[in-house]
Amino acid sequence: MPTFEYAPAPESRAVVDIASSHGLFIGGEFVEATGGKPFKTVNPATEEVLSEVSEATADDVDAAVRAARSAYTRVWSRMSGADRGKYLYRIARILQERAREFAVLETLDNGKPIKESRDVDIPLVAAHFFYHAGWADKLGYAALGENPRPLGVVGQVIPWNFPLLMLAWKVAPALACGNTVVLKPAETTPLTALLFAEVCQQAELPPGVVNIVTGAGATGQAIVDHPGIDKLAFTGSTNVGKMIARSIAGTRKKATLELGGKGANIIFDDAPVDQAVEGIVNGIFFNQGHVCCAGSRILVQENVADEVVRRLKRRLTTLRVGDPMDKNTDVGAINSRAQLTRIEELTAAGAAEGAERWDSGCELPGTGFWFRPTVFTDVSQSHRIAQEEIFGPVVSVLTFRTPGEAVAKANNTPYGLSAGIWTEKGSRILWMADQLRAGVVWANTFNKFDPTSPFGGYKESGYGREGGRHGLEAYVKTGGDQ
Amino acid sequence: MTGLASRSRPEVPAPGSVGPPRRPYTLGVSTATDLDPTARARDILGVSRLTNSALTGWLHGLPGVDQVGCEARAAALSTRSIKTTSKAWAIDTAISMIDLTTLEGADTPGKVRGLATRALVPDPSDLSTPSPAAVCVYGDMVPFAREVIGDRGVNIAAVATAFPSGRASRAVKLADTRDAVENGADEIDMVIDRGAFLAGDYLSVFREIAETKEACGDARLKVIMETGELVTYDNVRRASWLSMLAGGDFIKTSTGKISPAATLPVTLVMLEAVRDWRDATGEMVGVKPAGGIRTSKDAIKFLVTVSEVAGEDWLTNEWFRFGASSLLNDLVLQRQKMTTGAYSGADYVADDAPSGY
Amino acid sequence: MSARVDVRKTYKLYIGGKFPRSESGRSYEVMAAPSGRRATPRFLANAAMGSRKDARDAVVAARKAQPGWAGATAYNRGQVLYRVAEVMEGRRAQLVQDVRDSEGLTPARAEAVVSAAIDRWVWYAGWSDKYAQVLGGLNPVAGPYFDISAPEPTGVVAVLAPQASSLLGLVSVVAPVVVSGNTCVVLASEDRPLPAIDLAECLATSDVPGGVVNVVTGRTAEVAPWLASHRDVNAIDLTGAAGADGVEWGDLELAAADNLKRVLRPGGSGTEAVEPDFEATPDLGRMTAFLETKTVWHPKGR
Repeated sequence: MPTFEYAPAPESRAVVDIASSHGLFIGGEFVEATGGKPFKTVNPATEEVLSEVSEATADDVDAAVRAARSAYTRVWSRMSGADRGKYLYRIARILQERAREFAVLETLDNGKPIKESRDVDIPLVAAHFFYHAGWADKLGYAALGENPRPLGVVGQVIPWNFPLLMLAWKVAPALACGNTVVLKPAETTPLTALLFAEVCQQAELPPGVVNIVTGAGATGQAIVDHPGIDKLAFTGSTNVGKMIARSIAGTRKKATLELGGKGANIIFDDAPVDQAVEGIVNGIFFNQGHVCCAGSRILVQENVADEVVRRLKRRLTTLRVGDPMDKNTDVGAINSRAQLTRIEELTAAGAAEGAERWDSGCELPGTGFWFRPTVFTDVSQSHRIAQEEIFGPVVSVLTFRTPGEAVAKANNTPYGLSAGIWTEKGSRILWMADQLRAGVVWANTFNKFDPTSPFGGYKESGYGREGGRHGLEAYVKTGGDQ
Repeated sequence: MTGLASRSRPEVPAPGSVGPPRRPYTLGVSTATDLDPTARARDILGVSRLTNSALTGWLHGLPGVDQVGCEARAAALSTRSIKTTSKAWAIDTAISMIDLTTLEGADTPGKVRGLATRALVPDPSDLSTPSPAAVCVYGDMVPFAREVIGDRGVNIAAVATAFPSGRASRAVKLADTRDAVENGADEIDMVIDRGAFLAGDYLSVFREIAETKEACGDARLKVIMETGELVTYDNVRRASWLSMLAGGDFIKTSTGKISPAATLPVTLVMLEAVRDWRDATGEMVGVKPAGGIRTSKDAIKFLVTVSEVAGEDWLTNEWFRFGASSLLNDLVLQRQKMTTGAYSGADYVADDAPSGY
Repeated sequence: MSARVDVRKTYKLYIGGKFPRSESGRSYEVMAAPSGRRATPRFLANAAMGSRKDARDAVVAARKAQPGWAGATAYNRGQVLYRVAEVMEGRRAQLVQDVRDSEGLTPARAEAVVSAAIDRWVWYAGWSDKYAQVLGGLNPVAGPYFDISAPEPTGVVAVLAPQASSLLGLVSVVAPVVVSGNTCVVLASEDRPLPAIDLAECLATSDVPGGVVNVVTGRTAEVAPWLASHRDVNAIDLTGAAGADGVEWGDLELAAADNLKRVLRPGGSGTEAVEPDFEATPDLGRMTAFLETKTVWHPKGR
């Protein structure tokens, strides 16, 4: 019997040189933190310590906000849009030049497969800067209202699932609109943000326009609470999003929140079935399922449910789980032990509640944090695995009989971020798209992102949009706004 | 790797053990080809009479293919990085799957003899190099190939049925086929009537394939769909199922005379078809992309796709072929590189029959 | 000849297209705003003192009406809303009287305010089939995809109507909410609720489906927190927190965070809330505050 085993094809990590410790990036320079407790960031695939990172204290955050304010009033808000744009173009180009380095570093720190950081994350990062660079001198044409003006200093707190991409989603529009930023990367994935600081230096971005402070929840809270912050942009869990909304209640701080989701990927009996199966795989196993807009609930029409599940399982046996640095790896490491524990707990609950559990049975490495691609069938709306965001490579399959039932089940969640529709019938797509309460609807595709395309949720998936013309609205004030 | 297929269908193990037990097709594997193809088709379609409308309903009931999704999947498979031992295995496997082809009006006995010689000894500098599966020539050239090959384990395939256009009467096409078989062809590469297919006359296409199959006798039949003229992936899927229903042993992309020829997404759709056909009937059908595959890198992408879409049962030259000529040169070149560690050059690859196919 | 004894109106709530009294059975005295030389406050009417349960019922009615209202064609919504302006014009005399009494205006000034309110309503009605073109559009993504973004109503909106501008302000906050297909529960101006009930009567006698606009009169400080914390309310407009007795808008925003309501903060700066000048020409802000952007992708292939 012939076998086609793929020999290891590891990407070289020689392109990155990780310093053993990192300071904070404030006012255009790397500085020591003023006394927080440094923390270690590890490679989740090996548990190897990659570097020690500073914990920014409230004083450090204050220094960063002051640096940002100074850069805002003295330089950045006074600069012409054309010149701001040119800095962003510079950053975009440097990111392209150093793409391999960023991809490798992202994979080491995050655990995502190198093919995703190389082919998805980093190219999209550069694209975001390129797109927003062009807006900087055209804001008056963006239909934002009369006389669009920057807000001031923006505090940005980003998650660990797409570390550099989330940075780009936040920083590029903020800078294009004339704001300056204080950004906190996630504590488990700070390294690409710190490397981005070097890009800012290479681009000779005026000091203080971008400030990067590392730390965990307390550092984030210090940013949220700082009176010098005019606007907050956060991507992360709905619970933290609510805490931020409460923190800024009664203040004049604005906020955009990109939060959790429990996206329904709806498969009709006339779907292009091979592409639909790929869509399911891409919807939930892309980036280990660490995707807020993941299609974590499959709603499949009852008359094709067995067939679709059979095809899905067969497909999952070809998914290659393992070393994220291997160019052939499809599913990498779970980002942290804490996240792995949460996935294990929720899947255990799913099995205990009576859903049928299946996994691909693939071998997993001995060290690091891993979870096999897992499918739950016989799932009901009331199961925890159908309600709570698992944020891992776990999909729940539910069935429906009619389009109306599919809509009702898809919408029956406090979230409203994404949804998928698979059918060859055009009018049904448009009808479904109208009914679904979700900010992004992918029809006959899934998990597609583009800097020109607004992204964001309904209901408890947050508010505000990122990307496209709409994303600019969150970073300007207009008319008589103070 | 060069061991050739027996012409009868082997017992095929049930595909992957996952999923619920599938509906067994009522006909046993061993008896499938014994039945009159029309009766067999009636049974598979569940109709009492095989009409064009029955075929239309069946083919149009197949799931659609979304072009963008299909091409994205093919592109994703193309990013597989095949290195060291797996690359060496892939190169030898690819060589063994080649139908080494010359199909030119200017073909001569001398050129065909050279091609056949090359098939027997693809790299005189390294006799461990496997032979291609077959040489593929026009029907009248079969005897010259046979002179060289004898019974030394490389098959001789002949194109027939008014290749490449297929524009001739049924009688002429069948005579063409019988002629090639009588000349000693082990395999027949026929073309379908694309005009009839595009006009919706599926019954005519079915009958032509079935009758050609009958004319083949023991020779294996490859059905060229000329996917470049079918244009859409939906058509490729339907033509694939129609060809399999009518008894084709292989479904083949192209004549090599029309562009685009063997693209990876088209081959992906065909691999899905043979995979699903086996699920439905228990029978295996082979796939042959032909035309435009020139480099080892390309060939390896196809093997990756075979492996991940149809499964490893198709990773032999019994069930997968490359219709190509210059591809062999590049595979030999890469093989030399892997053996010697140094990059090789065209002058180190003996080429008896340089061709543009 | 003695003067005719006129027939007075009972001012009730407006919920689900009906005019119920408060389920609590309570009412409160509404007095005319001081004007001219009159020293003692003049009694106008007893208004229903809406309760948290009235607010709850109003949310149920608004939720029920929302899909149908959002599902109507934009042209239809525009016509229905324009019809409201027609009815307002027909009831101009009462509107003028109630605005004059409520706000203490001169007759000429009250006429001008009512005219502005009707014109404001017409202005927003006209947006029904235009805002989607202005705010939405095709996104030129880098791939073979059709990708379009369009605004959609956010759902059920709680509106704290302005305390001072009892009709023009009210129209200026309600019309932008409903024109896009939202439905709303309006807490009328606490001390000046009568024009809100007049407007409700205009709505009830035009073609606006019941439940699209629901009006609760009463104490803002009593009812607003229930709306702010209501989980089936998608957004809240805090404009009417300015000048409302015992209302801290920050507290309402805090409660609204529990289900991540979209919050339109009151005017002003810092913690201070200031009622905006509703005479000024509006921009799109009051519409966009209650719109969601939905983006739909589809591949383009043969």
